[in-house]
Amino acid sequence: MSNVVQKLGAKKRAAIIEASLKKRHAKERRLRAYGVAAIIFAIGFLVTLLSTVIGNGYTALQQTQVKIDLEIPIAKLLNDEGQFDEKRLRRYGWGSSIKKSFRTNFPDVTDRMAQRALGELVSANAGFELRQLVEAAGPEATLPTSFWVKTSDDVDMLMKGRMDRNLPEQQRRLSDQQIAWVDALVADGKIRKVFNTTFFTAADSREPESAGILGAVVGSALALMVTVILSLPLAVMAAIYLEYFAKPGKVTDFIEVNINNLAAVPSIVFGLLGLSVFLGFFGLPRSAPLVGGMVLALMTLPTIIIATRASIRAVPTSIRDAALGIGASRMQAALDHVLPLAAPGILTGTIIGLAQALGETAPLIMIGMVAFIVDVPTSVTSPATALPVQIFIWADSAERAFYERSSLAIVVLLLFLIAMNLTAVMLRRKFEKKW
Amino acid sequence: MTFFTSFSSLALLIVVIAIATYLFSRRKVTQAAAADHVKPHSLARYYGLYAGAWALLPAFLVLVVWTLGSQPFIDANVQTLLVQAYPDLEKGFLDLKLAQVQNIAAGLIESQDETLLKLADDYAEALQQASNLRTSIVLLAMLVAVIYAYRRVSPALKARILFETLLRRAFFIAAAIAIVTTVGIIASLLIEAVRFFSQYGLLDFFFGTHWSPNVALREVAAGAADEDVGGSTGSFGMLPVMAGTLLVATIAMAVALPIGLFAAIYMAEFASKRVRDVVKPTLEVLAGVPTVVYGFFAALTAAPFFRAIGLNLGLDVSAQSALAAGAVMGVMIIPFISSLSDDVITAVPQSLRDGALGLGSTRGEMVTKVVLPAAFPGLVGAFLLAISRAIGETMIVVMAAGVSAKLTANPLESVTTVTVQIVMLLTGDTAFDSLKTLSAFALGITLFTATLLLNIAALTAARRLGQRYE
Repeated sequence: MSNVVQKLGAKKRAAIIEASLKKRHAKERRLRAYGVAAIIFAIGFLVTLLSTVIGNGYTALQQTQVKIDLEIPIAKLLNDEGQFDEKRLRRYGWGSSIKKSFRTNFPDVTDRMAQRALGELVSANAGFELRQLVEAAGPEATLPTSFWVKTSDDVDMLMKGRMDRNLPEQQRRLSDQQIAWVDALVADGKIRKVFNTTFFTAADSREPESAGILGAVVGSALALMVTVILSLPLAVMAAIYLEYFAKPGKVTDFIEVNINNLAAVPSIVFGLLGLSVFLGFFGLPRSAPLVGGMVLALMTLPTIIIATRASIRAVPTSIRDAALGIGASRMQAALDHVLPLAAPGILTGTIIGLAQALGETAPLIMIGMVAFIVDVPTSVTSPATALPVQIFIWADSAERAFYERSSLAIVVLLLFLIAMNLTAVMLRRKFEKKW
Repeated sequence: MTFFTSFSSLALLIVVIAIATYLFSRRKVTQAAAADHVKPHSLARYYGLYAGAWALLPAFLVLVVWTLGSQPFIDANVQTLLVQAYPDLEKGFLDLKLAQVQNIAAGLIESQDETLLKLADDYAEALQQASNLRTSIVLLAMLVAVIYAYRRVSPALKARILFETLLRRAFFIAAAIAIVTTVGIIASLLIEAVRFFSQYGLLDFFFGTHWSPNVALREVAAGAADEDVGGSTGSFGMLPVMAGTLLVATIAMAVALPIGLFAAIYMAEFASKRVRDVVKPTLEVLAGVPTVVYGFFAALTAAPFFRAIGLNLGLDVSAQSALAAGAVMGVMIIPFISSLSDDVITAVPQSLRDGALGLGSTRGEMVTKVVLPAAFPGLVGAFLLAISRAIGETMIVVMAAGVSAKLTANPLESVTTVTVQIVMLLTGDTAFDSLKTLSAFALGITLFTATLLLNIAALTAARRLGQRYE
């Protein structure tokens, strides 16, 4: 080829080289363009993901309520001492009186079926929540004569524009008649949307309007507490051993291989381990944050060990040499001199490991933290769920209102993760030392 | 009384006594040293730590071992009582009764059943006795240890050396936990898997083409299982499940490999430092998003999206298509591939680049003809690790892929994966040792072995890269 080119005249030669160069540069530009496109795709996906989740979730911050005129005969609920009587509280028809009062808005609805359809507009838990409200107010309180109670999740969806009015009636969860009633109530000013405090103060529920993430958040917090108590000391001890005390040899090699391999074992396998060893063999309670925390601790152990070793190595050897030189033992040099200097790095690694653990779902499902639990857990052995598992449970539910809550729960989870990672970054910035 | 017998208060008590032991031992040695005008062998705190460790460790060991070990004994006792009370119940129902008894004893549920109430009383009493016994034994162990250690504390005792030896051993044990965990994983999976294979043929499992475990709900005597495979006992041929796993993983890699690799090449070779500083952390955010969030997106946004496109093109896309799950999983793996490849590419020596540019190649040619071939083993390693990730990923496929096993290569259909089946088989109410739950462990050990081999292969490949340029 080059011979052929050389035989040609200078002008032609230049033209051929020019053309080939053009081709070669075009090739390079293509390579660059692929790279840019790949990055744009990845970032574009991230933006889509976040905007979908936020777009679907922000409406869960609001809850639709309906105004009910109701006079509660408080005297009937008290016993002789003027305190609330449990039996009378239970016997009072909270739900039915709400429904009865609600029906007065539409006095011309007399048909049984229609009345039931009308009743479906109010939350099934409205009576229970009214009772709690009254109990919290106390026996001496003067109660208002009208209350705002939650509507059912279907009305909530309609009010938030999450239900398409133009769909044929059969494909909607509310009938044309029900929508007309809601519209009448709106026209009367008897429907309002308020901030959804329930979402942040309640645990799971069958009714979307009564479901919240507090139970899951507490469950996650308890599990992570167990995780950090177990994994941080163990990881630091293991890292110090491997850095300072392990003699090079087969045992040490084997430990290192195991640590590296554990970091790449699928999380569900840890779930199987927890199921058959912690639950099956030791008989620890199912669905407990204790077991969840133990499984997560085993999973995060390699991460924290690797981070700790890195930050121990980042401390200059001169520190250790100086300590040894003035007569410190090897243990003293490691614990009293190197470890405090490595602490910020260890802490950063721990927070990042915990952030990973917070997002883990599969192993927790394996050990039964996927159960339906309506109480906020109070101890590490009480049945609980975790925030990512709650997202999974709600995403699996049929109701549109759970979909919205699942999205908002994701936003909360991501906020926790962002907070943890930012803390880690700030710690690193603040304490990072250039030796 | 129950306050002193609960686990947490007992643990607290142990810690308080250990701190007291620390303080008293330290004081004892300083006073003895002052009285005898001698210098103690170690710093005063080491005497405290030495005695404190004696106070803490035996007691804690007894407490934990007893707590973990006693529950099965009590359960076994109640179980025999249950068998006496209900002689002709099946095992599954007995477990149910046991759970009822436990819940009644804990005051969680109420019952009118006299027999159950009686058993619950017995159970509660056994629990109470066990925890009383535990408190006494723990405190006894502590007392003996504290007296022994406190008597030994004297200025001549080499407390620091003793304490540091103890610490070193503890450090070794902490490091060995990695081994214990691995052994625990292998043993627990293997034991259950062996139980499965004793009832179900090895070849039928690995090469069977029909997977429908749910028939196994109708439990049949174990003996019939061999004769009637695929009939009344459910069938556990894992090929369709494996095929589904590979299909989803292939789709994921088809998305992640080009995008991750091109992104890595651009960032390592072409991007300015400013672009790198922005893009790299952004990609890492993608890696930090929990998999349940990807699963949510795959099931509720990506799957309907692909279905709508399919409808427009006249294709029938399943609502739980392998395509949606695989594509979203691919995006999850992009940062994994891009950061590993980035490391590998930047590890290629600068001299190779300088040589290529010096010979007149364009930057593009330098990348494709010199840097990438040089980095090839490392890239293979990254690729293998990514596959291992993809087949072990659970939440995305649990939420977005199907549950029915089909032997198909059509990405528009719904397939199931190993991880989905493990989750399906082990959630819900089934007897823990039915063939169905045992098969989950057989799948588990298959998954573990596959990922282990991929990880080892990846490490070997990466090591080969390291050797090339050291």
